Amino acid sequence: MKGSSITKYVIIGGVLCWIALFGAVPTLMLLGMSVLTPHPSDLIAPVFSLHSYARLFAPALVTMFVESLLMAGTATVLCLFVGYPFAYIVARMKKRHAKTMLLLVMIPFWTNTLIRTYALVTVLKADGILNSVLIYFGIIKTPLELMYTPIAVFIGLLYTLLPFMILPLYATIEKLDYRLLEASRDLGATRWITFRKITLPLTFPGIISGSMLVFLPALGMFYIPDVLGGARSMLLGNYIRDQFLVARDFPMGATVSIALTMMMCVMLFVYYRSVRRSGRKASL
Amino acid sequence: MNRFVKAVYSGLVYCFLYLPLVTMGVYSFNASKYSLSWKGFTLKWYGKLLTNASLLDAAMHSLTIAVVSATVACAIGTLTAFLLHQYRFVGRKALFASIFVMMMSPDIVIGISLLVLFLAAGLTLGFGTLLMGHVTLCTPFVAATVYSRFRDFDASVVEAAKDLGASERQVLRYIVLPMAGPAVLAGWLLSFTMSLDDVIVSFFTTGPTYEVLPLRIYSMVRLGIKPDVNALSVLMILVTITAVVLSWRLIKEKT
Repeated sequence: MKGSSITKYVIIGGVLCWIALFGAVPTLMLLGMSVLTPHPSDLIAPVFSLHSYARLFAPALVTMFVESLLMAGTATVLCLFVGYPFAYIVARMKKRHAKTMLLLVMIPFWTNTLIRTYALVTVLKADGILNSVLIYFGIIKTPLELMYTPIAVFIGLLYTLLPFMILPLYATIEKLDYRLLEASRDLGATRWITFRKITLPLTFPGIISGSMLVFLPALGMFYIPDVLGGARSMLLGNYIRDQFLVARDFPMGATVSIALTMMMCVMLFVYYRSVRRSGRKASL
Repeated sequence: MNRFVKAVYSGLVYCFLYLPLVTMGVYSFNASKYSLSWKGFTLKWYGKLLTNASLLDAAMHSLTIAVVSATVACAIGTLTAFLLHQYRFVGRKALFASIFVMMMSPDIVIGISLLVLFLAAGLTLGFGTLLMGHVTLCTPFVAATVYSRFRDFDASVVEAAKDLGASERQVLRYIVLPMAGPAVLAGWLLSFTMSLDDVIVSFFTTGPTYEVLPLRIYSMVRLGIKPDVNALSVLMILVTITAVVLSWRLIKEKT
């Protein structure tokens, strides 16, 4: 028994060290850095200051936060609207076909996101494939200016994040007891009411987890706005990066990162609550 | 929804997902340098790629880091899952919570906080720091995948082994690891693709001595990309698809 308990403590110690070193310590350092003062040559000076936190409420930053949240929120809603019907269709297929359909969704998702974003440029640019097709069929006369607009960024986010929405949705819709839907129809509910009163509440956990998986990355993916949106809009991700690499204001970058983490924690909490609540509802 | 609408809808979604990749693939064979109109079939971009040493280097770096970090992440992740499943100790819940938080943390926060750590430790950014970054990114996902497999185990098998006198190490080696095999493999693949896919963590944790493909492409996009990047992207896509489809089969057969 002695040998085995040594193994146990070695494993526990190793794993805890790992988590501490790469999980806790960097986060604490970030937190610490956010309350220090920037220094022109040493990057940071060890002087306590809440200056960076005060700056969070400057109008320019508030606008940036709102714009980033709106952008990520819109991308999430887009993914939900495109992904839900798709996940539903796949979930109602025969299991074997569903697996293949999902594999086909996953394949592009396994390709590097930046390579795919770059591939999207070949589709969206003024002389790209989309405009060529639309002009060829006479739908439009002059090419649409899609590149370097918010629309291109939304298309990019939708393109990149759609599988993150489809997979959790599929998982919950697949578990749905279809007898409930039949019962609802038998009792005279319309399709819409059945959807709203039965399908939607029962698949709510999937909607929430899908939305989180889309929303959180969308806030930080600075390269998609960079490549597709041009340099016009400053978003959270781009701002954090620039604070560290361009402006060299580490405390400010740390503060915005902390704010982003806080938003994540709030969302995780809401998620936890909503899953628990819907779990109780489903068990009634 | 009737069958027709369903077919059209899913067809459109697939079209959206694949059109950019197919377009890029087609352009990689286009003789025209400015890739606008079709000027005939050519393999010259693939030929040019073979002479572009720095681009090939970046691609090799990406593959290397993906293999190494997936392997390391698998080792640590499996141990973590084993620990969470097998032992009760002070701080177990906290460990659970930290893994969950690490999994959900935005990539940019992971990248930034690791950059701060590496700078504070005085490390030179390069292969080592990039590796640590990718391992940090992937390990929680491996731990979660393997842990959920452990939970589905029949615990009595482990108990029986212990009753029969097996040591912890023997339990780990002869029972737990073989049973966890498919989940560990799935975790490895997940890590491999996450590492190949990552842009943000790499952006902050690697240095000029160790450039990976996505970052190389990122810096090229601003300067105007050349068609050999199309060719390289096509090759990279083929590598990932082959790896994934092969292993998908492997997992399916095993489970």
